Amino acid sequence: MAILLTILFLPLAGAFLLMLVNKKEAKVIQYTALAISLATFVISFSLMAHFDSNNPNFQFIVNIEWIKQFDAGFRIGVDGMSLLLVMLTAFIAPITILSSFSAIEKRQKEYYVMILILQFAMTGVFISLDIFLFYIFWEIILIPMYFIIGIWGGKDRLYATVKFFIFTVVGSLFMLVAIVWLGSYVGGTVLHNDAGFTTNFMVIQHALDNQPIPLDIQKWIFLAFALSFCIKVPLFPFHTWLPDAHTEAPTPGSVVLAAVLLKMGTYGLIRFNLDLFPQASFYYAPIISTLAVVGIVYGALVAMVQTDMKRLVAYSSVSHLGFVVLGIFSMTVEGIQGGIIQMVNHGLSTGMLFLLVGMIYERRHTRDIAEFGGIARVMPAFTVFFSIAMFASVGLPGLNGFVGEFLTLFGAFNSPFLNNWSYTIVATSGVIFAAVYLLWMFQRVMFGANTNPQNHALKDISKREWALLVPMVVFIVWIGVYPSTFMKVSENSTKALVNKLYEKKFGYKPYALPASTQQKANIKN
Amino acid sequence: MLETLRTIDMYDMIKFIPLIPLIGFLILGLTGKYIKKEAVIGTIGSLAVFIPFVLSIILFIDIVKQHITSPVIVPVYTWINTGQLSISISYQVDQLSILFSLIITGVGFLIHIYSIGYMHGDRSFSRFFAYLNLFIFMMLNLVLSSNFLLTFLGWEGVGLCSYLLIGFWYDQKFEGTRITWTGDAANKAFIVNRIGDFGFIIAMFLIFLTFNSLDYQTVKEAAAGGAFAYYNTGILTAITLLMFLGCTGKSAQIPLAVWLPDAMAGPTPVSALIHAATMVTAGIFLIARNSVLFALAPDTMMVVAIVGLATAFFAATIGLVQNDIKKVLAYSTVSQLGFMFIALGVGAFTAGVFHVMTHAFFKGLLFLGAGSVIHGMHHQQNIKMMGGLKKYMPVTYITFFVATLAISGIPFFSGFFSKDEILWSAFSKGHWIMWLIGATAAFFTAFYMFRLLKLTFHGEERFDPHHVHPHESPKTMTIPLIILAVLSALGGFLGIPYALGSWFSAHPNLLENFLDPVFEDAQKIISTATMKVSSGNEIHFQEYLLMLISTGIALSGIYLANKFYSDALWSVPRALAKNFRGTYNLLFKKYKLDEFYFATVVDPCIETSRSFLWKIFDVKYIDGLVNGLGRTSMGIGETVRKLQTGIVQNYAVIMTGGIILILFWIFISL
Repeated sequence: MAILLTILFLPLAGAFLLMLVNKKEAKVIQYTALAISLATFVISFSLMAHFDSNNPNFQFIVNIEWIKQFDAGFRIGVDGMSLLLVMLTAFIAPITILSSFSAIEKRQKEYYVMILILQFAMTGVFISLDIFLFYIFWEIILIPMYFIIGIWGGKDRLYATVKFFIFTVVGSLFMLVAIVWLGSYVGGTVLHNDAGFTTNFMVIQHALDNQPIPLDIQKWIFLAFALSFCIKVPLFPFHTWLPDAHTEAPTPGSVVLAAVLLKMGTYGLIRFNLDLFPQASFYYAPIISTLAVVGIVYGALVAMVQTDMKRLVAYSSVSHLGFVVLGIFSMTVEGIQGGIIQMVNHGLSTGMLFLLVGMIYERRHTRDIAEFGGIARVMPAFTVFFSIAMFASVGLPGLNGFVGEFLTLFGAFNSPFLNNWSYTIVATSGVIFAAVYLLWMFQRVMFGANTNPQNHALKDISKREWALLVPMVVFIVWIGVYPSTFMKVSENSTKALVNKLYEKKFGYKPYALPASTQQKANIKN
Repeated sequence: MLETLRTIDMYDMIKFIPLIPLIGFLILGLTGKYIKKEAVIGTIGSLAVFIPFVLSIILFIDIVKQHITSPVIVPVYTWINTGQLSISISYQVDQLSILFSLIITGVGFLIHIYSIGYMHGDRSFSRFFAYLNLFIFMMLNLVLSSNFLLTFLGWEGVGLCSYLLIGFWYDQKFEGTRITWTGDAANKAFIVNRIGDFGFIIAMFLIFLTFNSLDYQTVKEAAAGGAFAYYNTGILTAITLLMFLGCTGKSAQIPLAVWLPDAMAGPTPVSALIHAATMVTAGIFLIARNSVLFALAPDTMMVVAIVGLATAFFAATIGLVQNDIKKVLAYSTVSQLGFMFIALGVGAFTAGVFHVMTHAFFKGLLFLGAGSVIHGMHHQQNIKMMGGLKKYMPVTYITFFVATLAISGIPFFSGFFSKDEILWSAFSKGHWIMWLIGATAAFFTAFYMFRLLKLTFHGEERFDPHHVHPHESPKTMTIPLIILAVLSALGGFLGIPYALGSWFSAHPNLLENFLDPVFEDAQKIISTATMKVSSGNEIHFQEYLLMLISTGIALSGIYLANKFYSDALWSVPRALAKNFRGTYNLLFKKYKLDEFYFATVVDPCIETSRSFLWKIFDVKYIDGLVNGLGRTSMGIGETVRKLQTGIVQNYAVIMTGGIILILFWIFISL
């Protein structure tokens, strides 16, 4: 339990610590922030080590009473699905901070405070077992992100940040309404507890298992949550904030946005929509899957015609996240597992692409593809790293992206819920387009002759940049070659969820789970 | 049954066959640029292929001795395991996998040695060998795999290496339709192949749905036994057609053949190894590996045969008029691959695989010979600017000549046996039209090959002797040529047709005997579906006759080429080109297939994406809607915008204060 609290609060404590440092001590601030995030990452390994992957339920639970009036508590814990995302967050944070050393030049103190608060809140989102707490973390994230884009962003940052804000706030307002309704429905109508209200996730989960919300209402509550999450993902057609936010954000902002923030949406879809509103999920699965598939192809097509490298990568996110959502709404173990591993994959490969684009931007102060050509000659190591990230993104077997893509497509193909091959068939064409847009960019930037005089003397990557990229490559290859290390973490949690969905829809549980772990009485009420 | 598959310790060795080139790749890839000596790099790279070659020989001998009838599966570890899906990295020892392994490592080793000479002095010498080793690793995974997904890993992996090696000299120009740099050609190869991969992936999903497994042996046994969950020929036809789509990509068949000629942008040893001897035969391997599935889908077999036939024919006609030495060979490769698909399509699986082998010898040799010429001619590739090279490059000339005889189908050279077996199979199954078109393609083959030989090595010297000093290549290059020449000349005797060899042995076709366990099931399915045509002697007579005819065809092709190009002015071909300008241009422009694809697929796709999806749908509709909403709904947008301008700091203070307040609240209540 202490581990989880440490992982959550260490970055926040770090943020407070940084506030005490004189803002002129830029180096001290940078290294303190890095040290804190690295410490968090190291500690997160012990979380992984103590996690019992046989047990599909929440572990490391902390449950502290808080606001009795509406039975809100400080309740946190992780299961297999959230653990991977907590690990991803802990891994990406030091990368983000280290990449900021060169990307962020003004107001360093405020910046690193923001980043650490961001890390705190992102971790909080993934481990909350209380929907009120979840909502608080969800909203806190807006603030540092708003400033990171708005202060340290590019020249159109104001437009981008307002757009980001509007989209997200609209989504979360609906979610808030749904949370309030849900709390009073479960606390009042179902359980008749003292407060007449509850925000305890596990209590809600248990209550709705036994007594689902009537379908006509469930659909609305589902939609309210789904809208908020789908905007975050972003699912087509709610995606237009993303290219602007990505393009205008400073490099570390884009990295953290792509690697972690978008995953909050997909995580929410699994944790809330599938788990709490299964009947509505069955009902809406075809629509959401259709949007996911459209997004896969649409994102790829639009990425193909971009002239700005960063915007291209941003649109590729729309395409990649489509695979995740398709996998999730296949509601099969393969699909959801593929979706989860694809969340991690996208964090790694797209995160790395943003880092690389940032590196070249720092050297040339432009990201216009037409400005480049023949970079491979002057930056060979950079080119190698770029090609690895690119092929990971393209879904080349042996690298991480393939595992996720294959499983999400496989899940969707075999899904009895979707029960239609056309989703997979159209989505698989995304595999072709992904090669098109990335390879075209790579060709125009790296290959050919180095004719632009401004590119003649570009320096290859520095030691610090090696330190950023090597860890990412390690995980890209690791997941590609031996994904079991990661997939077995979430396997049983996923199976438990899928069992539940099958039981509601078809009346049987397809997977046997280790007997000892079936529904440990974790629920306090 | 899977239970009966013994895991014999000795066969565990198969794991090392792909592992060693992988180690070679890692050593060269990570430390290559610190190794200054080319000899060291070349030795590491070549050994990483030679050792697996030796291991393959050992396994081969053992298989022959043991007469294994079912494959031995050697699992390494579980790769992807979730839900109902469990995919292993695991290899399969059987006749087909070991035969391919021998070809890949054997020819691969010779090409590695050759590359030491050819790439001498290149600034990226070690990178080249690293890529070659990686390629061998991937190719071995492709053929040794015991399941579809690991084959797919190899399949994509060889595509990656092909991409990396086509664009190896990334800052050099290359001419082609919408191609300016070698990198464009590399992209084209990868992307066109991806279209095929789309088919492969969907085929795998259907296979799992039908057979509940992606293991070759499980699928094969279930299909042969008719015991599948979901049986109907419709689904098998779909599976095999989608798989064949993948094959048309990798093995450059119509409609996806367009990438291979442009792949010649890569260094010539790459063209020999990847784009002639090994990778492009992956499609043939995939069909041979799944012969039972294809045998059960006669409609697909017909499609395979027709596509192969059309490709063999059309590619040969294009080859007639090309002037780039490598382009001629590239179209020739496309055409020869077409022949292999004809064989598969008519159910003559052994003949298809036989032609893979002989083609690896003679086409590998032709490319290496072309490389030697290019090397000696200071990177001149236009055969109209050559001529008379035989006196400068005797070894290259003689070996090239042997290969030319082999590909033209001159009796007792390797290509004669394999090509004749294909044509005979087509004829004997009742497809005499196929035979006729195939024989015509063979005539073209003989013609363009002797045209190539003639223009390159004979006649007057058309290069500028002041700038170009042709010379023979070093030993590292000529020795592989000689070895391949021997194989091209004699390799055919592994597959002597019964009609010719019955006097000395009851089973003269060694290859057919060897591969029998692999194709037995498929052959049974096919032979029950089609009736035996006629009795032994009558068939022999027909076979002799056809052999004579096709030899005559080859000879007339040679005669014609000789006659056309002996005249220093080339008056006959020039007159033909002039009188049939339209046809000539159509052939020269490769039937304008590239232009057709650009006009109908690529350009509309780009244009729609840019001017509609992005500029109108995204920017106008969605953003317009959101911006409109923002303005009207109590001016959220406006308010935030106002807060934005200049007072960000204040806002930050308020926000931070808010957070602290919330956190304070949390802490208080803890």
